Amino acid sequence: MKPEFRQSWGYHTALLGGVALLTSAAIGVADHLTRADIVQRQLEDLQVTLQQVVPTAYYDNDLVRDAVTVNEGNRPVTVYRARRNGQVQAVCYQVSAPGYGSSAMVMVIGVDRNGALLGVRVISHAETPGLGDKIELSRSDWILRFNGRSLNDPPPSGWAVKKDGGVFDQFTGATITPRALVKAVKGGLEFFAAHRALLLDDVVVGGNP
Amino acid sequence: MNDYRNIVADGLWRNNVVFTQMLALCPLMAVTTTATNGLGMGLATTGVLVASNIVIASLRHWIVEEVRIPIYVLLIAALVSLADMAINAWLHELYKVLGLFIPLIVVNCCVLGRAEAFASRQPVLASAVDGLAMGLGYTLTLMLMGGCREMLGSATLFAQASLLLGQSFVFLETTLIRNYHGFLLMLLPPGGFLVLGFLLAGRRLLERRQS
Repeated sequence: MKPEFRQSWGYHTALLGGVALLTSAAIGVADHLTRADIVQRQLEDLQVTLQQVVPTAYYDNDLVRDAVTVNEGNRPVTVYRARRNGQVQAVCYQVSAPGYGSSAMVMVIGVDRNGALLGVRVISHAETPGLGDKIELSRSDWILRFNGRSLNDPPPSGWAVKKDGGVFDQFTGATITPRALVKAVKGGLEFFAAHRALLLDDVVVGGNP
Repeated sequence: MNDYRNIVADGLWRNNVVFTQMLALCPLMAVTTTATNGLGMGLATTGVLVASNIVIASLRHWIVEEVRIPIYVLLIAALVSLADMAINAWLHELYKVLGLFIPLIVVNCCVLGRAEAFASRQPVLASAVDGLAMGLGYTLTLMLMGGCREMLGSATLFAQASLLLGQSFVFLETTLIRNYHGFLLMLLPPGGFLVLGFLLAGRRLLERRQS
């Protein structure tokens, strides 16, 4: 039934190599075809997210394109600046926190000139479905509790979940996720406080047109 | 015709991926905290299963036994990557919901299982039907498990179905008991094993009744 040559190691190698080559080529072509679209979609997602953490009343510029990169330790943070009449009214940037599993939670926070939070949104996470995913706005309004908060409101000791003596609720069945998130948001505010002058671009001219 | 009926009956019930073959239990435990998640994972798996069965059935005359497993793995991994990229680029709304599940399909051994047990020795059309039937059987099982765990764990059914299926399916979202405190165990992995155990026992009972 089987032709003789199919039993040779040469055929096996060629077959395996050929399939590997073909599948890699297919993935390469697909990557080429989809890359631009995926980047575009991600930019749109970013824009939608930024609009959620910085109300449109705060700016008249193209938020996504007015970015500055600041080094936090050895990690570069891209900060998007919301300007009205050229003056920075608010900034937004990503902060991340270790999640319950192995992968990090990534969120975007918006902070106004005075260091008060305009909003926090989680943009990607791998928390337990049905438990930790209440950090998404579409599943629970928990994340809105950060609105208006700043480093002094609550005082530093209050920046924790209630279980740890802080002011933020944990949610049923999940303490680790909100605990990590509260800590990361606080870290984000400290980042703003540390780089305030640079982020607000009050004196520095140039950078981004 | 009879053949196809057999294939469909096998996939949906007699040789069900979970209940009989006991395959694909890892994604089963991971995603079935709600019926909606189960449905999403099931549909994504069904798509990949049909595609991989078709590809492998059409290549079955060239693939030799000695190197078949690495070839199946390559083909399945490539198909999943293609699906992942295409959905991300062109069906982005769906990707936001299903995105989490798609990479999980690579490690779903029922895809490899069907390639080995069916598509490697059957014609293309029969393999496609087999993939569809197995996938739908898996989807139904996931929804059943997800529904049980969701009802016991958070007293809702099809929560957030509109995120997956669109706004017109809001009517599916049901809250069974208001102010339910939640039965966390059911949403954690042990709850998955408990529900699966009871479902398996139930199936045994049914079969014993019938025979």
